[in-house]
Amino acid sequence: MRYQREGSQAIAQAVALCRPEVMACYPISPQTHIVEALSRMVKAGEIGSCQFLNVESEFAALSVLIGASAMGARAYTATTSQGLLFMAEAVYNAAGLGLPIVMTIANRALSAPINIWNDHSDSMALRDAGWIQLFAEDGQEAADLHIQAFRLAEELSCPVMVCVDGYILTHAYEPVDLPSQTEVDAYLPPYEPVFVLDPADPISIGAMVGPEAYPEVRYLAHHKHLRALDMIPRLQQEFATSIGRTSGGLLHSYRTEEAHTIVVALGSVNGTIKEAVDELRAEGMAVGAVKLCAYRPFPSQALRHAVEQAERVIVVEKDLSVGKGGIVSSEVKMALHGLPTVVDTVIAGLGGRAITQASLVRMIKAACEEGLEEPHFLDLNWEVVNNELARQQETRRSGSTPENVLREVGPFGVRVQ
Amino acid sequence: MLQVRIHGRGGQGVVTAAELLSIAVFLDGKYALAFPSFGSERTGAPVAAFCRIADRPIRTREPVIHPDVVIVQDSTLLYHVDVFGGLHPEGYLIINSSRTAPELGIEERCASLPDGHWCIFPATEIALKHLHRPVPNSALLAGFAALTQSVSLSSILRAIQERFPGALGTQNMEVAKEAFGVVRERLGRTDSTAAGEPLAAPA
Repeated sequence: MRYQREGSQAIAQAVALCRPEVMACYPISPQTHIVEALSRMVKAGEIGSCQFLNVESEFAALSVLIGASAMGARAYTATTSQGLLFMAEAVYNAAGLGLPIVMTIANRALSAPINIWNDHSDSMALRDAGWIQLFAEDGQEAADLHIQAFRLAEELSCPVMVCVDGYILTHAYEPVDLPSQTEVDAYLPPYEPVFVLDPADPISIGAMVGPEAYPEVRYLAHHKHLRALDMIPRLQQEFATSIGRTSGGLLHSYRTEEAHTIVVALGSVNGTIKEAVDELRAEGMAVGAVKLCAYRPFPSQALRHAVEQAERVIVVEKDLSVGKGGIVSSEVKMALHGLPTVVDTVIAGLGGRAITQASLVRMIKAACEEGLEEPHFLDLNWEVVNNELARQQETRRSGSTPENVLREVGPFGVRVQ
Repeated sequence: MLQVRIHGRGGQGVVTAAELLSIAVFLDGKYALAFPSFGSERTGAPVAAFCRIADRPIRTREPVIHPDVVIVQDSTLLYHVDVFGGLHPEGYLIINSSRTAPELGIEERCASLPDGHWCIFPATEIALKHLHRPVPNSALLAGFAALTQSVSLSSILRAIQERFPGALGTQNMEVAKEAFGVVRERLGRTDSTAAGEPLAAPA
């Protein structure tokens, strides 16, 4: 049934349809409306015998779920930003133990400087932890990906993060079509664990693994992700057949036919990118876009296939590897190794800076006409940057950079953009 | 596509207004995407929220930079936030105030818009009368419906009722109905197509 819903509420309803059995959440900021809604549903008895635990930290939240999942329960939580960093150790453990926990990441920037707005720094920081990472473009895909995520996690015995742009998707009201309980039950069978902690039949997990076996265990974790590369499109197909939407999969191409330039991005910015592509196509420029839905495993082959005819690939990414530049673009370059394709890195939207269609169009034209510096920072205020660099040059006691920059740009909220 | 930007202060319900508008549009069978400007969350700080209305799915996620409609919940913002920024020359303007355009010092700005495209009316006073609380949202949304005819009053009322069940909803619906009448009267509209066919967005 179609509703006009806040992204977070739609995700909560989708998670509830998946019949989770244990949810553990740390209920203060940074948190989302998702767990708030789920806690209400659990209290009202709307999610069967699901247990909802208020814990003392994000670290505890995921640790509780590790225990619950090892006991054979379908387990879920949501976090964001500093919350994800605080649970980092448990994030690696959940993956290392092969526990199919599903976790929503409402993508937000990391501190310092303190910033609560959207970018992809948080999930990027944990990209190598062994979790599958799927990115949603809109509220509909965010809801659908959660249903696919439980299925994928449990078939593979591997945890999955569903990455949803904080605020841009979690706080947006848009139409979302939610499947019925019957449809979800048909798509997502009850969890059948590959091992279970049972006092009546004791086993141990989390053993010390020395150099004699550690590389093999790690390879097997990698192998699981290689299997996911086949499984993700299959589960997308099944979802499309039974529920009727093509959400998910490894990637989605948009107007890439005969495109000499293709923009690659993760998440909600793909909506604005599609508008920019339409604008440029109307002007006669052969531009297309590829949305990466699966980021871990990284769909190197599928991406290569999707963009190999293009002369130029522009990776628009909401993250920054300080001292290096682009994270996603580095991986795109590896995927395109041996091809003559030019790959540009565009760092955009950090800390919630709006990514506008006009800026995207301007940047794509500049890339095609004169090329971009590497990496290119979209809409960076160079005057502010250069003034701060000059201050630092002038005097040793130049002060704290964030405060200096803030003083220069003036009070927040007065400008519309 | 009709692009709406709502300005207010933290705590006045700017975000709720955009959300309710999107629900009403959805109930009318059209597409809407509403989202806040993600500004600072302090009570009283200037905040904005956006709602796009269209006949097809909305993909863009950029803030509304060139609004077709600007709604101002708090007229004190007129003097230190560029609330008119990017407003379409044939756009619409709704301001919550018991004062007139000359008293607010925006006579020229209002005169630059086509006739019947702006309305300054005391939404807070209407809310106080029925709700005994200074929350102008329901009045402004009904004013939006009366001025732009891009959403029906009945859907605004339904969205209010769904969001605020019980007496609070009923009182808010009274606020909306009165505001709808006030704005129509000011515009000199007496036709019966109160909640009728939506007008096209300015080109």
